Amino acid sequence: MSEVTGTTWTVYDANSMSQAEIYGHVLCEIGEERDDVVGLTADLAKSTKIGLFGDKFPERFFNVGIAEQNLFGVAAGMALSGMTPFVSTMAAFASMRACEQVRTDICYQNLNCKIIATHGGISFGTAGSTHNAQEDVAIMRSFPNMTVIIPADGIETANAVRACVDWDGPVYIRVGRGFEPTWYDTEDYGFQIGKAVTVSEGTDITLICCGVTVLQAAEAAKVLKEEDGLSVRVLNLHTIKPLDEEAVLKAVLETRRVITFEEHNIYGGLGSAVADVIAESGKGCAFEKVGLPDAFSLVGYPEDLYAHYKLDTNGIIEKVREVMGRDFEEDEDWEDEV
Amino acid sequence: MALTDAEIKELEAQAWQLRHDIINVTVWAGGAHIGGGLSMLDILVLLYFKYLNIDAAQPEKEDRDRVVVSKGHGGVGFAPVLARRGYFDFDDLKTFNQFGSPFGMHLDAAKVTGVDVSTGSLGHGLPMAVGLALGARTQNKAWKTYCILGDGECNEGTVWEAAMSASHFGLTNLVTIVDRNGYMIDGATEEVMELEPFSDKWRAFGFTVLEVDGHNFADLAEAIDTSLAADGPCVIIAHTKKGRGIDYMEGNVKWHYGSIDSTLADKARASVDRMYGKA
Repeated sequence: MSEVTGTTWTVYDANSMSQAEIYGHVLCEIGEERDDVVGLTADLAKSTKIGLFGDKFPERFFNVGIAEQNLFGVAAGMALSGMTPFVSTMAAFASMRACEQVRTDICYQNLNCKIIATHGGISFGTAGSTHNAQEDVAIMRSFPNMTVIIPADGIETANAVRACVDWDGPVYIRVGRGFEPTWYDTEDYGFQIGKAVTVSEGTDITLICCGVTVLQAAEAAKVLKEEDGLSVRVLNLHTIKPLDEEAVLKAVLETRRVITFEEHNIYGGLGSAVADVIAESGKGCAFEKVGLPDAFSLVGYPEDLYAHYKLDTNGIIEKVREVMGRDFEEDEDWEDEV
Repeated sequence: MALTDAEIKELEAQAWQLRHDIINVTVWAGGAHIGGGLSMLDILVLLYFKYLNIDAAQPEKEDRDRVVVSKGHGGVGFAPVLARRGYFDFDDLKTFNQFGSPFGMHLDAAKVTGVDVSTGSLGHGLPMAVGLALGARTQNKAWKTYCILGDGECNEGTVWEAAMSASHFGLTNLVTIVDRNGYMIDGATEEVMELEPFSDKWRAFGFTVLEVDGHNFADLAEAIDTSLAADGPCVIIAHTKKGRGIDYMEGNVKWHYGSIDSTLADKARASVDRMYGKA
């Protein structure tokens, strides 16, 4: 196992471990500390890496076979019995095949079920639209009681998984498929559910990101500073719900230009959540949502797809330059805008 | 736990009272799933007044037995049972279906004391019951889980996903009871979507099948005892009558859901009294 000892936690060598793998190891650690934690999957023990927990705690691990609806129903029952289930399958199946079980069995009863969904977005790009999840955030954030988190990388996945154990109620954590590059090199940067993390300070424009786009935006910000002299703020808004509205409003007031980047349909995800806050604030702002267009994704390797959908560093740079040239009311008199 | 004659008499008295209660709640509610409420009533009466390890004064008692009424639309039959068992005042049910009432046609566990699991959407109960039973076993708890399914509900694929897993995991702390009243909203189960050979289907999924008269307390009790003592999952197929006790509703698909005015309510009361020899 590629693992080195860190200051606060065990720090995982996230460059050679997938997000899912890190999740699997973290869950094993949690399993040591908490005997109420139980693992559940639907024939994806290996793909989602929850199987690592299963190997270590076979008496607390249940594979229900290829039956996702039963998976979430059983998880709800186990939560009702007093246990804390961690449930893993692909994001597409958690959010769509088992949509009603997640909503009605788990959220309606506000149960302590932690859904760690892998293969989020288009990270399983060659598998095509049956296995992509470009709607899951919209679905999950529309359920009362649900908390929705998209970690930026493997390190943040470790933080999110640890944080969700004691977070009351259902949590949906969406991670990628494979060896997504990492932004963080330590877990010790103040991760808190519901609080945005400032990746870089800036005053000209704010890029609000989650998941894989965090690293890409951070890289773009460096290039834009060097080549265009721009001061670019990058926010890692890992928690889509509850949303850190204060961080969004601060970005609007201080930079007056905002772009969201996400691996999700532009309808209903991070961009929509941020747009709601901006619209209700009554403040003028140049704003654009960048994500997957309202169409089923092309087939391809994730890095090619990210480039195609302007979610990689070059795409982000291009979008920033475009939005920097956009007009909007720039005076400081907010009264006439409310 | 074979029933004595005195116990059966007592259960019959409860069931008579509760059939009247259901008529009253249906009037107060302005309409209800009365047919299916009445068909599963005797099952609930036997569980709540004989079998369950529960304490209405401590509704959250950790070691209580759990009940999942998977046919959640049976709320009009379930809520009066909870009231008579002491979870809340029967008069609270006067608000049934009213604005802001804790009682709607499908009971919400967060609002109705004594309800362990929120149900309503069909096919959700057995998976949750499997989870409860697995959870109890994993934590070495002795409490049992009882799940009551509708027969029409068994059209749902999730019932069979759950059945497969109950037998795969070898659950012996789960009692599954199907209220086989033969009807669903659109008609007879065999006309809308054939379930037979129903027992064979359960057997094929690894269950021992116990077929009983779902209105006969002694038979039902024997089946529950057998299920609790078995070394694998059992299903009790309880043959019942939809609308049981109200002559004009029995076996009439029209009464899956319905409203009754004072005349119909009086007729219903008279019918129930006749069935219990009280007329």
